[in-house]
Formats: sequence, structure tokens, C-alpha cells
Amino acid sequence: MRLTNLKRLGLGAAAGLTALFAMSGAAFAAAPPPDPLNSGDTAWMITSSALVLLMTIPGLALFYAGMVRKKNVLATMAQSFGATGIITVLWMIIGYSVAFTNNPDKNLQQFIGGFDYFMLGKMTLKSINPLAGTIPESVYMFFQMTFAIITPALIAGALADRMKFSAFMWFMSLWLLFIYCPIAHWVWGNGWLGTLGALDYAGGTVVHLNAGTAGLVTALVLGKRVGLGQENMAPHNLVLSVIGASLLWVGWFGFNAGSATTAGYNAGMAAAATQIATAGASMSWMIVEWLIAKKPSVLGMISGAVAGLVAITPASGFVNAQGALWIGLAAGAVCYFSSVWVKKWIGYDDALDCWGVHGVGGALGAMLTGVFASNAINSSAKGWLIDGNIGQLTIQFYDVAAVFLYCGIGTFIILKLIDLVIGLRVSKDVEVEGLDINLHGETVHD
Amino acid sequence: MKLITAIIKPFKLDEVREALSAIGVEGMTVTEVKGYGRQKGHTEVYRGAEYNVAFLPKTKIEVAVRAELVEAALEAIITTAKTGKIGDGKIFVTPLDQVVRIRTGEADANAL
Repeated sequence: MRLTNLKRLGLGAAAGLTALFAMSGAAFAAAPPPDPLNSGDTAWMITSSALVLLMTIPGLALFYAGMVRKKNVLATMAQSFGATGIITVLWMIIGYSVAFTNNPDKNLQQFIGGFDYFMLGKMTLKSINPLAGTIPESVYMFFQMTFAIITPALIAGALADRMKFSAFMWFMSLWLLFIYCPIAHWVWGNGWLGTLGALDYAGGTVVHLNAGTAGLVTALVLGKRVGLGQENMAPHNLVLSVIGASLLWVGWFGFNAGSATTAGYNAGMAAAATQIATAGASMSWMIVEWLIAKKPSVLGMISGAVAGLVAITPASGFVNAQGALWIGLAAGAVCYFSSVWVKKWIGYDDALDCWGVHGVGGALGAMLTGVFASNAINSSAKGWLIDGNIGQLTIQFYDVAAVFLYCGIGTFIILKLIDLVIGLRVSKDVEVEGLDINLHGETVHD
Repeated sequence: MKLITAIIKPFKLDEVREALSAIGVEGMTVTEVKGYGRQKGHTEVYRGAEYNVAFLPKTKIEVAVRAELVEAALEAIITTAKTGKIGDGKIFVTPLDQVVRIRTGEADANAL
């Protein structure tokens, strides 16, 4: 018995040593690659995605719903919720593919991604998008999906109180595919604007200028609400709007700090910058309004905060705390003027100031990113004030101009197409009686 | 029997209720209403858009009383609801044909 055991031991040892030698040989030949997954990054990015989704439902839904008249409150919330549903599905089917994967043709790649990820067939459990190399592709796809959701949903602010729900859902779908996806690809998906060096950390141009421009065009195409200037169109419940704006503020940390796609120094600084700019903007809007209109309104404070969130979006991962403060203070004041005064002068009915806050704020933020970007904060950026790179301002301007023009023209075409086929606007009777009961068969009872 | 309808400023409701209780009026119906008389409304401003709101929140009290109690009831309401400023409200007295207590079937004076 003992001899058998000793033999076994000996054989085992020999086998072990042989295996050791074999493995060391194999290590030089073809070792299994280390798993690139970083669990901290992944955890943060899943969280960020949920936070950004919260920004749309119910953040944006409540923010807008509180500002409309009671007869349209459910219809307004339906726009955010409906957008969330349809865009999720379309993103899964084709949106992610054309925005964030590579086009095999090098020339086309400048403008649009590939179709290989149709239905996310190529997204496996362990696939990774090189754009975010330490997290699963499923998470990156989901994160970007939440951006794709909120961008068109923002446009609802311009078309409030008067668009058909069917036309709205078609508009969301076509706008996502033909406007959002290409632009996202240009700036973030290895397209021409990103290659040019445009700095847009979390979507000042891709999301806010984009949605804001679409909002301006939509307001002009749809026309003014019936009774504008005579009817009482005061917000029916600003409590909802305050709750919505607060959810936007908190959720925005997923938006900006999540755009780091990692959980580390950049995410941390982006979060800090976001908070500082937002508060700065809320206070500057409040002070300007206090001086001009004699009273600081609650609507003003929350609008200022949103303006700050918008303006810091492109800059959040590139600026230091001081830059964030200047950007915020500027955004509050500038967006006050664009929402209150410019709108009155020119007379377009951008009902909930989609252009005034998101369009103007996004463009302002994009330009100020060129001013305040700091190489010490983000090694992929060089700004004007700190790094002396005045050329960055020109690149930022190209970004702003390209998005403005492409979105403006494209949105116009899409709207006209939908109008031709099914009609954009509700009838006057429906608009006067209210959208909730006419479009959805529901009301909010007292 | 008379129905007294009083439109008063909302914050005066408790005082009026106590005064009416003190003279023996043992029930009332209260509604939140909007209205205006000589009191002007106010202006609300939302992101630069001005809205003149003519209607002001008021409270409507309805009490059914025996004819003998009307004077005392009016006195009670006027004394407590008055502030001396525009917007104090108005009282309307209308005749009541019938009153019935649903639980017992008591009618008219027995139901008040």
C-alpha cells in the first residue's frame, strides 16, 4: 500500500513539475489576456445610466408637466414616457450601431457608423466597445441609450400644448435616427468633429444645442399656441417643476461624471464642476431677475439651475472649479435674457424655453469650454485661457455651427414630412379643450 | 327660514364659524371659490410672461337659519369677517322653502 502511495506521490510531483514547465512555456507563447473589466468603472457606469434615465423619467416629465396648464399635464408627461419607450427600442435595433460602432468605409466613418450591430446581435456578454475599454459593452450601450432618450425628449418643451401624440412619436423616431445618431457619431463615435478636436464632454452640442435648435425650428413650424398673449397660460403646479428640476440636477451627475466612463479623477472633477456651475447659474439668474423684475421667482431659480447644468455639460470634464463657476454665472444671466427678453422681442412660441435654455446654454457652454479647458485637468484638451490655445475656440465654433445647421435643416425636413403625411398640430378645438382628454382619454381630477 | 350665503376672505373662516356657533347656528357648508368685486386681482410673471389674474380665492359659507336668527347671524358674520379693506366679501339672504334632515325625516324648523 505504502509503495503505491509513494509512487502516486512521485508521479503526481512529476506531473506537476512538467505542467509548470509547460505553462511557463505557454506563457510566452499565448497567455489568456487579462480581463480589461474594471468593476469600479462598471459599477459607476451602471449607476450613471440609471441616473440619466431618472433625468427623463420622471425628471424632465415633471419639470415640463408642472409648467403647462392642467388640461395638458398628462399629455406632457406622456411625451417623456413615450419617447423613453420608442427610443429605447430603436436604439437597440439600429441607433447604437450607427452612432457608436465603426463604419468599414473610412470615408463614411467620418459621418456615420456601421450597421454591424443591428439588433445588438454582436453584443455578447463580454464584448467591449473601445470607446469605453473598462466596462462591458452592454453598459456602454445602455449609458449612451439614456442620452439618446433625453435629447429628443427635451424638444417637447418647444412643442408643448399643441402637437399630436402620433406626430410626436414619429418625430421622436425620425429625429433620433437621422439627427441624433449622426451627430453623436460625429462628436463621440470617431466621426469628423471628434477627429477635428472638438471638445464636448457630455453633450453640450450633441444633446443640448441639438435639442434646442430642433426646439426652435419646431416652435416656428408649429406656430403659436391658440390664445397666446390673451389666455392665462400660467404654470398649473410649479411644485412638480421644482421636483423635476431637482431630479434633473441630481441625475446630471450621471450625465456629466458618467461621461468619464471611468470611476476616478476625471469623474470626480466633473461632478464637482457640475455642482459649482449649476448653483452659480441658479444664483445668477435669480439675482438678474431680482434686479429686473423686482422679485426672485422659484421658476427663475430652477430655470437658472438647468441653464447651468446645460452650460457645464460640454465643459465638465475639462475645466477646474474656477472655470466651472464662471461658466455657471454666465449661463444663468445669458439664458435669462434669451428666455425672457429675446423670446419676447422676436415673438416665437418656444413654450417652455427649449431654445432659450438648452440651445443658447449649450452653445454658450461649448464656446466657454474652448475658453476654460485645462490640460492639467484633462490631458486630451488644451483651452485658451490656461493653455493659450486660441485655436480651440475655432474648433468649438465649427462644432456649434455644424450641429446648428445640420439639426436645423434636418429637423425642418422631418417636421414637414410628418405634417404632409399625418399632420403635426392638433385642431383648434382639441387645443382649447385640452390634450389630456382628447389625445389620451384621461384627466387629472381635483 | 332663510339661507344665508356669505363670501368671505378665507383666513376668516374659523372666526366666523365660532361666532355663528356661539349664537346657536349648528351647521354650515363651506366651499372654496374664486371671485372678485372691487378688489383687483394680481399679476403673476413666469419667465417674463405676465398674467393678470382677476379671480381671487374666497370662501363661501352657507347656513340655513330660522327667520328669527337672521339678524344675529348677519351681525356675527359681519363683525368677525370684516377687516375694513376692500375684498371683505358679501352676504346674500334668500328664502328657504323646505328643509329636511335626511337621517330622521324631521322637517323645517325641527331640522335646523
